[in-house]
Amino acid sequence: MAGLMAGFGHYTHAIVRGIPASLAGEALRSSQSEVDIAGARREHDAYVEVLRTRLQLEVVELPADESLPDCVFVEDAAVVCGDTALVTRPGAESRRREKEAMSGALKDLNLNIVEMTDENATLDGGDVLFTGREFFVGLSKRTNQRGAEILADAFKDYAVSTVPVQQGLHLKSFCSMGGPGLIVIGSSEPAQKALKIMQQMSDHRYDKLTVPDDLAANCIYMNLPDKGHVLLHCTAEEFPESTKVFEKLKDYTLIPVSNMEKVKVDGALTCCSLLINKKGNN
Amino acid sequence: MTTESGTDSEAKQPQENKETEKGKAKAAASQQSQAAAEPSSPQNQPEQLPAAVGHSTPARKEQEQQEEDQESHRSSISRLSKSPLRGVKKVKIMQCKVSLLDGSDFTLDVEKRARGQVLFDKVCDHLNLLERDYFGITHKDVENQKNWLDPSKELKKQIRTGPWNFAFNVKFYPPDPSQLTEDITRYYLCLQLRDDVVSGRLPCSFATHTVLGSYAVQSELGDYDPEELGSDYISELRFAPNQTKELEEKVMELHKTYKGMTPAEAEIHFLENAKKLSMYGVDLHHAKLVGSLYESLAPALGEDSEGVEIMLGVCASGLLIYRDRLRINRFAWPKILKISYKRNNFYIKIRPGEFEQFESTIGFKLPNHRAAKRLWKVCVEHHTFFRLVSPEAPPKKFLSLGSKFRYSGRTQAQTRRASSQIIRPAPLFERSASKRYNMSLSLDGAPIMENHETLMKDTAADGAAKVIAKGDIITTVTTEKKAEEEKAEQEDTAMDEADTLEPTATTPLRHDTKDTEPPAEMVKHQTNISELKRSFLETGDSTPGLTEWEKRLSSSPAHSPRADEAPMIEPLELQDTKDEPPAGEDTKEEMEPKATEAAGYLVKYVADSIVTDGATSSGPHGISLSTTMDDDVFMDGTLREVEEKTPDSQDEVSERSALKVSPGAVRQEVSQAIIDKKGTLIILKEDRLDTEGSEMSILGEKEEPVVPGEPEAQEKDSLSSSIETETIKEDSAVVIEAQMTVVKTLSPKIDVKADDMTQNKGIDSPKKAMASWISEEVKIEASEVISVSAEEVKEVMKCDSLQQKAEFFTFEEVVQTEQSKSIFTQNSIPESSTTTIAVSTLGWVSSSQKAPADPEQKTVLATETEEGPAESTGPTLQSLENSEVGTKEMPVVHTETKTITYEAAEVDTNGDADPGVLLSAQTITSETTSTTTTTHITKTVKGGVSETRIEKRIVITGDAEIDHDQALAQAIKEAKEQHPDMSVTKVVVHKETEITPEEGEEED
Repeated sequence: MAGLMAGFGHYTHAIVRGIPASLAGEALRSSQSEVDIAGARREHDAYVEVLRTRLQLEVVELPADESLPDCVFVEDAAVVCGDTALVTRPGAESRRREKEAMSGALKDLNLNIVEMTDENATLDGGDVLFTGREFFVGLSKRTNQRGAEILADAFKDYAVSTVPVQQGLHLKSFCSMGGPGLIVIGSSEPAQKALKIMQQMSDHRYDKLTVPDDLAANCIYMNLPDKGHVLLHCTAEEFPESTKVFEKLKDYTLIPVSNMEKVKVDGALTCCSLLINKKGNN
Repeated sequence: MTTESGTDSEAKQPQENKETEKGKAKAAASQQSQAAAEPSSPQNQPEQLPAAVGHSTPARKEQEQQEEDQESHRSSISRLSKSPLRGVKKVKIMQCKVSLLDGSDFTLDVEKRARGQVLFDKVCDHLNLLERDYFGITHKDVENQKNWLDPSKELKKQIRTGPWNFAFNVKFYPPDPSQLTEDITRYYLCLQLRDDVVSGRLPCSFATHTVLGSYAVQSELGDYDPEELGSDYISELRFAPNQTKELEEKVMELHKTYKGMTPAEAEIHFLENAKKLSMYGVDLHHAKLVGSLYESLAPALGEDSEGVEIMLGVCASGLLIYRDRLRINRFAWPKILKISYKRNNFYIKIRPGEFEQFESTIGFKLPNHRAAKRLWKVCVEHHTFFRLVSPEAPPKKFLSLGSKFRYSGRTQAQTRRASSQIIRPAPLFERSASKRYNMSLSLDGAPIMENHETLMKDTAADGAAKVIAKGDIITTVTTEKKAEEEKAEQEDTAMDEADTLEPTATTPLRHDTKDTEPPAEMVKHQTNISELKRSFLETGDSTPGLTEWEKRLSSSPAHSPRADEAPMIEPLELQDTKDEPPAGEDTKEEMEPKATEAAGYLVKYVADSIVTDGATSSGPHGISLSTTMDDDVFMDGTLREVEEKTPDSQDEVSERSALKVSPGAVRQEVSQAIIDKKGTLIILKEDRLDTEGSEMSILGEKEEPVVPGEPEAQEKDSLSSSIETETIKEDSAVVIEAQMTVVKTLSPKIDVKADDMTQNKGIDSPKKAMASWISEEVKIEASEVISVSAEEVKEVMKCDSLQQKAEFFTFEEVVQTEQSKSIFTQNSIPESSTTTIAVSTLGWVSSSQKAPADPEQKTVLATETEEGPAESTGPTLQSLENSEVGTKEMPVVHTETKTITYEAAEVDTNGDADPGVLLSAQTITSETTSTTTTTHITKTVKGGVSETRIEKRIVITGDAEIDHDQALAQAIKEAKEQHPDMSVTKVVVHKETEITPEEGEEED
């Protein structure tokens, strides 16, 4: 069995979910915008294809549920670390039932399931940044103290620090991990402030990669056999300046992934998949 | 031994009874029965745990050794304990039961008056443990709270009630256990961690439970062997607070895969996993928030954090703040400027953040005073152990209020160095089947010492190692400090160069003297530093500061990483890099960064005093390196506050006006001062900064052997310096207005002085510092002190307001240090060089300390020469009168009064026969919680011979907890240290003791 904190970015499985037609009209969003549902589906298919074909992950694809317009954003429904999966209680009432399909899929993967049953607790996976060494949980519109506490109980090995999210939907709306010990962070003031807090709270040292656009700071890092460091990031079309920053990363397999449509309903790259490492776990 | 203690106890019966009675009053219900049983059968007293006697394994040798210990202890105190009261006392033996980490109990006898160290050493000897500094002994108080025994204090003062039961525990969890030298040390650390895990203090996931459990099994039972172990062996062991069958199965599964792994290897694996746990080595304390702390505590939006229940976690890297299981803030040690406690409250003063202007103080409410103090102590200890190169000396009595407690053991750096010298072959020890986790009764949990011969040999080796280590400590401490100094100095140079004020004039001068003045010493530093480096290099082989990430980037062949990547990927903890060592992730690097980092402090520091001394207080603030935790050191923030808030007393007003004169005026004043005797005071005020600083943090460097070598150079200096004097003075006068920079640019000496100043960090008047200090901490106690001093010490100035008193005190204190120096200079020129030594030993860093002393000396010299050169031949004469009075504060107390006078033969002949011409007389009073020191200095000239008399009255008030002998010895020692060129000629001990003896009151 792998020890604690071994192999950050190692993944074998990904859980994704289809886009219901209801996403266009009913999915939650912070700004009014028209979503081209076909475009969103194309995007999503391409995204899943990257995971499945290019990165050779075992992709578990859950069917879309029309009654759950936001269900494509599977990241919010669960937090997986090691062989434990915490099924969350999303902050948005309309998303609470997303966990049903999610729990089933996680059980099928033989993970230890921890359910967030406390009715005072809310937590969106998008507020959870796992650095490989510790958790940062954004206290946001969707995630509260109690939710963070339950997460801390579920993953006892790790320090869980709370970070107020003053702008944007989630903590990961402006940051993500870009590698072991590398935090990708947006340049906005709230983003930088949040980073400061994280830095102060942590016993560990991180490097930061600052990108001009907050949304572009949400990317997906993996460390895969035969492929090494892989980074799924925004396209030059969306965020040309930020893309330039990513392109400077050396020894990385860089995969730009388009996210034009899903972003309209506050979906970032990490939101659309739940990555799991089954190797080394029994 | 048993019989001996038995008779002893009979002799001591009345005393014991009193104690037990007192104990009874306080004891918790559970303890009461035992306490009550004691008076009826006094013989049992030392054998509270008769059953345990047979259990105790100490060999005969150990007992003998113990007797020796007692002997030596007695003889060491006998000199001072001639008083009839003392004479009656016989050595009382107490039986101690110490719970060891494997769950067994170790029973041993110690003298009742023995210090914690004695018990600790005996336990470590029993455990065959050499790397002891990570461990400690705990004792549960009436509230069932664990308190660490203070090794430097008597046991009986630390145990108020109840049986003498202790536990042996890990006190400082090494961030990287692989750096421990011996397997046996790791073994004990493992045992502690297993207990931490099982008890739930160290939470971990199911997966981690299985991993840790499996290594624990391998370590304790060896290879998986179904035939020998049986199928159910695993359920006899405890791995988790809630152990399930599933967990046991997983543990067994893993255990099967470890075939061939030695116990020591298993323990290393165990520790490698355990150390990564977020709660590893975190000592938690319940508290509540005081005040609303939105900024610093990151609560949920809009939440009022007042009164929120939190936990404070003290660990190697700093102070963690938890709310439930969530970390809501963290203050790395470098972020903390000061910690203090008052009543139930615990305070930390936080360095301002990047965009903040001022320090903030955060308060926490602890359940009670004892808890606050306990937390404070643990913080002081952790900070010292993990962050400092060497422990701080406890604050000087006459300067300090509040607790004198300091961590006195070795720091991690020291213990690592010391343990690298362990030469014994790895000791054989049996990993005893740990009782605690073992549910079956079949196994004997007693620790088995392989053979006593080894044990004895080891103990001898241990002793040797200790000696070496001690020597080591002394030298290395100084060198390391010096290394920092030098760095700081270099930084100063940089600063100076950047500084436009008077850069050119200074630099050459400094270089000049740098070359000429301290060459011998320099050489020594050099060697020591290189030694140091070597020792650091030995431990740290990987490139410090280079993260895995950076390495990867720079290893990229296609690229020169610097140019491209540098602007893009930055280490996140930019500002913290200097301050913080990698917390333990990359522990190999740890030593190295620490060294440089320490230097970084001073560097920052210096920069700081420049910035903060200026009108603005923005910008990053310095760190007080060794004094961070010091109650009596004030950062500029405090000072500024005080400046704003405290109503100025008379003294202060005049002082201020002096400060605010334009440089020209000051110069005038100063030159005036040279002619006019009165002027000295002004000068003193100006120079006070560094003296104050040096006084404040006296380190254990007094024995520094280097020092005696210095006088000649110094002498020359002081001779030739008279010409310079004027200039120097001018500048030092300017210092106050125009800031440190100016000082630094003056001459190398003053330059170093700047280093000194950094300790005070821009404190422009220690008086203010004191004022703030007192207002913060001591108000309650001060009133007592006043009353006592008014009673007992005639010279004490009476003050109508506390604040005034405080200020008065500081002021005088300052003058005193100055004054004593000037006195020294008077005596003779060779004497004066010795004075320098005195000053340097007092100072923070001996090398540079000398320099700060210099300008003052010259100043004084100049003054004195005008008065008459004859003075310079006089013999030093000092009579130190030391009156130590233990008084009870109660209005009506029957007291026993005793006066003992020790006198040197030659004394009084000079002193009283010819009164001579009185040159000056001065009285200085200082106070601490329990001590009032009045120093009366008279300077007289008798037939061309000047004479200085310093009379010190130290009034120690307090409950019976004061160890009078120790206090006296300490007072004498202090006096000697302060005035090494003077001799103690008279000691008068006046003791008033309450008739009903009472012991074991609140410590300090």
